[in-house]
Amino acid sequence: MKVKSTADRIWDYVFVFLCLIVSAICIIPMLNLLAKSLSSTEFLIRNEVYIIPKGFNFDAYGTVLKDPKYTRAFVWTVALTVICTVLSLTMTTLCAFPLIFEKLKGRKIINIFITITMFFNAGTIPNYLLMQKLGLLSNPLVLIIPGVMSVYNMIIMRSFFYGIPESLRESAEIDGASFFQILYKIYVPLSKPVMATLALFYAVGRWNGYSDALMYMKEEKFYPLQLLLYNIINNINSVEVATQEGFSSPGLAESLKAAIVMFSTIPILCIYPFLQKYFISGVTLGAVKE
Amino acid sequence: MSKPAVTKSKVKFSVYMKKYWQLYAMLLLPLLYLLIFKYFPMVYVQIAFKKYSIVQSVWEMPWAQNHGFEFFIKAFGNNDFKYALKNTLVLNILDLIFGFPAPVLFALILNELCFVRYKKVVQTIAYMPHFLSWVIIYSLALQLLAPNAGLINMVIQRLGGEAIPFLNDEAHWIRSYIGFGIWQNFGWGSIIYLAAIAGINPELYEAASVDGAGRFRKIWHITLPGIKPTIVVLLIMSLGNILGGGFDRPFAFQNNLVMRVADVIATYVYRVGIKGLQFSLTTAVGLFQSVVGVIFLLLANWLSRKLGERGIW
Repeated sequence: MKVKSTADRIWDYVFVFLCLIVSAICIIPMLNLLAKSLSSTEFLIRNEVYIIPKGFNFDAYGTVLKDPKYTRAFVWTVALTVICTVLSLTMTTLCAFPLIFEKLKGRKIINIFITITMFFNAGTIPNYLLMQKLGLLSNPLVLIIPGVMSVYNMIIMRSFFYGIPESLRESAEIDGASFFQILYKIYVPLSKPVMATLALFYAVGRWNGYSDALMYMKEEKFYPLQLLLYNIINNINSVEVATQEGFSSPGLAESLKAAIVMFSTIPILCIYPFLQKYFISGVTLGAVKE
Repeated sequence: MSKPAVTKSKVKFSVYMKKYWQLYAMLLLPLLYLLIFKYFPMVYVQIAFKKYSIVQSVWEMPWAQNHGFEFFIKAFGNNDFKYALKNTLVLNILDLIFGFPAPVLFALILNELCFVRYKKVVQTIAYMPHFLSWVIIYSLALQLLAPNAGLINMVIQRLGGEAIPFLNDEAHWIRSYIGFGIWQNFGWGSIIYLAAIAGINPELYEAASVDGAGRFRKIWHITLPGIKPTIVVLLIMSLGNILGGGFDRPFAFQNNLVMRVADVIATYVYRVGIKGLQFSLTTAVGLFQSVVGVIFLLLANWLSRKLGERGIW
């Protein structure tokens, strides 16, 4: 064991301190929001709430939970996220698996066909016109199908598949296993880390996305939570009965908005820390392209 | 080219397909998806060169004037578009200058932490902003920066200062926008550098210690050179993306008071195209952005190979 000098030990604590500040900068905005959502109106109007709630109460959360518009959007977004994640993972696996076989005829052409889509995007308006042509505008499917597979994520999965020893699938082939069986019985069970990572990426993407709904979805009942939130913080929405009173009084409006934001953040904040070791390896895999 | 050879290859092909059809079956849906949602829209790109009309199909629409370049000329004569183009470049360059070094610095600092538990906690906290949507980040920004009720202005006013219009004044808006960009990405961006640092041969550090190198000399002579290839590749990739940029972040942060500095190409296309229905003009703008984007990426990759680093693809 080497002995550290005093100067070195001081630097150790300087770095600890720096990280403490950085963490505070990350967390304070969330604490401020949480405090506002839990504070009573009188303190909010007087601008006295910093990062500790004053006049602690759950009224704002109660009001939000009682409003069918928000609970409906919440349930819809959860369902949407689950459906999209499952479909996206399936499509991504089906695309990545065949491409690891060097014997696959036309593999080169297929790879080029896929890669081109990463570099050239037709643009917002051509995409919009396509949705119109396919009759997907304001159809709930428009929030699921157009983004069902990300080529970038497919490449991450393919890199992971390349890392699984070839001998495994070769011996299975000799034993007469079909490719579906090899995928289902060997590759999928061995790929839990990358599946978890990509599930997180797809789920976060769907949960946080709002631009597709903004452009393609005119039906308010199919708005995902984030678009509803956008309209609320920009005061664009038609105010619902349950919150009408709330939004006309400035203090309560503050705590209501804060509660809605908390409400739409918490699910992801509860999940991501447990998947940390997976997404770290996912990001690293993504950097290793061919 | 004799007959038997053909039948032989046909037989071979059917034997091949008998074994491999399953792989093609798996690829069917994904490739169909890419064909429909990534390639079909390219048909509509020709609207950039045509006069859009609702009643005609894309192929029947009449060509635009000036050999089809009417709408490109119009776009570059349009002040709103010129602002959007300038803002896209300015915001991306500022992101590059201030946002790019932040993850590198953070990774270097994290790497110096010798308390493993603490390091893990700091990492988890620093990754958090990446998981928030831009709508949520904007509402956090509002809560923090609002002129009267915002946390930071409350503190400033408590201390006897004047409230700062962080989100309603052009110069301040740009700072807030760039600042929250850094806030969202510095932790997530550091993952890749931490992985690169983990790949450095530990013997190098031991040898340097034996030679009497201090902490900062080791950072300078071992860690930084060790992650240089990663830095160069990522830097070149962001350079290739200098005219790109998403929609979610600028759109969430925009407000009417700052549109002159906040409108970027993506939001301009949405506003004038989808809201304003000027399809030909905005398709032209989008095509310009895509083509320049591809050229920049190819240049960036060429540069990356020229510099002796591995290419991006």
